[in-house]
Amino acid sequence: MKQLMTGNEAVARGAYEAGLVFASAYPGTPSTEILETLGTVYRDSLYSEWAPNEKVALEAALGASIAGVRAMACMKHVGLNVAADPLFTVAYTGVTGGLVVVSADDPGMHSSQNEQDNRNYASAARVMMLEPSDSQEAKDMTKLAFELSERFDTPVLLRMTTRVCHSKGMVELGERVEKEPIEYRKNIAKYVSTPANAKVSRKNLPDRLAREEAYANDCAVNTIEPAADAKDGKGRIGVACSGVSYEYAKEVFGEKASYLKLGLTYPFPVALAKKFAETVETVYVVEEVDPYIENNLKANGIACVGKDVVPAFDELNPDILRTVFHPILPDVVKDVPETLRSDLQAVVRPPAMCAGCPHRGFYYALSKKKGIMVTGDIGCYTLGAAPPLSAIDTTICMGASVSSGHGASVAFKRTGRDTKVVSCIGDSTFFHSGVTSLMDAIYNKGTNVTVILDNRITGMTGHQENPGTGYTLMGEETTEVDIPALCVALGMKPENIRTVNPLNLKECDEALDEALARDEASVIITKWPCALKKFSREDRETFDLSPKVAEIDQDRCRRCGLCSKTGCPAIYKSLKVTINRESCTGCGVCAQVCPFGAIKVSKR
Amino acid sequence: MSEVKNILLVGVGGQGTILASKILSNGLIQAGYDVKMSEIHGMSQRGGNVSTQVRYGEKVWSPIIGEGDADVIVAFEKMEALRWIGYLKKGGKMVVNDHEIPSVPILMGVAKYPLRILDELASKADVAVFKAGELAEGLGNAKAMNVILLGALVKALGLADDPRIDWEKAVRENVKPQFAELNVKAFRLGLDQIR
Repeated sequence: MKQLMTGNEAVARGAYEAGLVFASAYPGTPSTEILETLGTVYRDSLYSEWAPNEKVALEAALGASIAGVRAMACMKHVGLNVAADPLFTVAYTGVTGGLVVVSADDPGMHSSQNEQDNRNYASAARVMMLEPSDSQEAKDMTKLAFELSERFDTPVLLRMTTRVCHSKGMVELGERVEKEPIEYRKNIAKYVSTPANAKVSRKNLPDRLAREEAYANDCAVNTIEPAADAKDGKGRIGVACSGVSYEYAKEVFGEKASYLKLGLTYPFPVALAKKFAETVETVYVVEEVDPYIENNLKANGIACVGKDVVPAFDELNPDILRTVFHPILPDVVKDVPETLRSDLQAVVRPPAMCAGCPHRGFYYALSKKKGIMVTGDIGCYTLGAAPPLSAIDTTICMGASVSSGHGASVAFKRTGRDTKVVSCIGDSTFFHSGVTSLMDAIYNKGTNVTVILDNRITGMTGHQENPGTGYTLMGEETTEVDIPALCVALGMKPENIRTVNPLNLKECDEALDEALARDEASVIITKWPCALKKFSREDRETFDLSPKVAEIDQDRCRRCGLCSKTGCPAIYKSLKVTINRESCTGCGVCAQVCPFGAIKVSKR
Repeated sequence: MSEVKNILLVGVGGQGTILASKILSNGLIQAGYDVKMSEIHGMSQRGGNVSTQVRYGEKVWSPIIGEGDADVIVAFEKMEALRWIGYLKKGGKMVVNDHEIPSVPILMGVAKYPLRILDELASKADVAVFKAGELAEGLGNAKAMNVILLGALVKALGLADDPRIDWEKAVRENVKPQFAELNVKAFRLGLDQIR
C-alpha cells in the first residue's frame, strides 16, 4: 500500500518497521514531527519521549542501544551541537542495538538561527551518514541505517533537510518486524571510554571505516545513472549529488546528464566517484550549503565544477540551478522562465506574537524600562525583539540568555557601569539548557534578572509537552518540575523569586522594578498558558480562561494608537482604531495601556 | 511523459491552506498521479504568510518550484496573490479570494494595505475573483472558506469531472465527520465559482 507522507512521517514509519523500541528527541523545526508521529501513530508498538535537550535524548537512546534494542534520537541541526559530546565518543565505543541519530538541517534558515551543514559532523566524528532525497528514501534509509549500525557497530547519522522533512511524497508501506533484544553483556573494554580503552578503540577505527567505505563503494544507495544518450556508458555531463539536490538536478538536467547519486556519503565512496568521473567529460557537483562532496572529490584528485558556480549558502531550487547552469550548458539546461512583475508592492507580513499571547504584556512592561540590556533566547518570545516592542538586545542559542546575561552583568559592574541585565527565557528552553546557566549566575554571585516565561507548553514548535507541563509525549500524567523550588535548589533566595501574571502590566512593572533595584540575582516567573494551547484540566483550574473579548468605545477613543503599540495583531489602527472580534482573546493588555479608558473587556 | 503541473496555494497562517492542499493531493493520487506537496512550517502560525506547493504528473522530481512555474495560483488572501504573482507561469490562472488580512505594519498604521490589487492582478493574468469568506458564512461556517477555494481550484485545473477522482470522498476523508456535509457543500459551491 502507498501513502502520501512527509519525510518526517516516513522516518517514523521506517523506524517503526525496523522494530524500533526506544526514541527520544527535543522538538526543533524541521525535525519535530518524527517524534510526534512515533508518540501518536505508533505509540502502541514502541516507546518514545521528549527529552529536555538533545544531549539527553542521544544519551538515553545510547543507553537503550547498549541494553540491546534499536534506538533513535532526533534533532534539528543546532541540536546536534548540543548532542555532539556523546556522538564523538559513541563513534569509538560503537553500539549494541542499532543506533540512529537524525539531524534535520535547515538550509535557508526557514526557522533557525544559523545554517550549519551537519554533513561535516559525520566526517569530524567519523560516523556513517545517509542522506535521503525524498520520503520513500527517508523510510528506506531509516531501515537501512539500523541494519548498518548493527553490521558495522557504529551509530549512523541520518541527515535530512527542511525540504525532505516537510515535503510529501508517495511511500510504499511495509510491515513491522519485531527484533529480539540482544542479550546484555558487560563489556568494559568497549563501553568504558577511559584513555586506555579509548586509545584501543581509536586505533581500531580506521579499519572499521575502511570496511564501511568498501560497502559505500558497492551498495544500493550509491549508484551511477548513465545519461540517456551515453555511448558505451560514456557521457558528456556528470552530476554528483546527494539529498534533495538530486531531485533538483533531475528536474533541471533530466536524462541529459549522468548522475552519481549518493545516499551514503560518509565514509565517502572514493572508488565509485573515480569510476563515475571516468565515464563523463565534466563532473558538476550540485549540493546545498558546504562543498562536502566537492571537497571529497578534489581531495581524491577528481576534477569538478562545484561552488565556483553553485551558491554556497541558502537553499537550492530548480530555478537557481537553471540560472547558474544555463549560461554554461545552454543546449541542455533551459533558461529560467519569464516572470510577471507588478509595480504594486505587497506589504511584508512578518510573524508576530499572537493575539492574547501571554508574552506581550510582560514585554510591553519591559520595553518601558530604560538603561537596561535584555538578553533573549530561542522560542516564540524571540518575537519580542520585533517592532513595536523591540524589547530584546541579543538572541544566540538555547540557554544563552541567562549565561550571557550573567557575563554581561559582571562586565558592566567590573567596569563601573550601572547597566542592569534582564535575561528572558521560555519554560522549555529553561529546562533545555537554562538551568545550568542560572546555577552559574547564582553561584558566582551574578546580578542579572532571570525571567522565565512559563506559557505551560513548548510553543514555537507547535505545542509539545516539556518537564513543566505534567504530561509525557505518550500522553501519560507525570510529576511536573516545580520551577520556583528548582530555583531555590540552585541557590536563589526565596524572597528574590516572584511569580506574576504576564497579562497584568502593573504586576510585571512592579516585579521588574523590585528585581532591578537589587544588587543580587532575582527570578521572575511569568505564568500564563499560551493562547493557542489546548488547555489541560490543571490550566482550567489554575487560570481564568473563560472566553472574553475587548471592544473599543469609539466615543472615548482619541486614536492615539497606544494600544496598537503593544503589537497585537487583533488591533487595527486606520482612520478608526478597531479590534478584530474573531482573533481577540480579551487578554486585556490593550485596555490597561489605554489612557482614556476606551477599551472594555467583557465575557463572550 | 505527461507534463508536470504545478499548483501554488498561498495565504496567511490559520486560513486552512494546508488542509486544502491535503484534499487536493488525495484526489490527485486517486487519479494515479505521482504527487509531491511541499510546505514551510515554523513561524506561520504566528501571522506570517504560508505557501504550499503541489506538483503532479507521471513522475515528479523536485518538491518545489521557482518563479514563473505555477500553472495555477490560489490566493486565500488578496495581498498574498500580489506577493506571489511572480511565480505564475505566463498564461497561468489565478483564483483569488477577495479578502483582506492586514499584516502587522499595516495594523500599526506604518504601512497601507495596497489599493487596487484586483485591477493590478487582472491586468497581468487570467484571474477569477470571488468572496469565499462571504460564501462560507452563507453556509454557516466562515472556516469552510478553504474548501470553497479548493473547489474553485479543482474546476480551474479542469479536474472537476475527471472520472478517476471522487472529490467528495477526498473531502470527507480529510475533515472531521461532523463537518463532512458542510465541506462537501462548500466544495460544490467552489466549483460553481469558475465558469
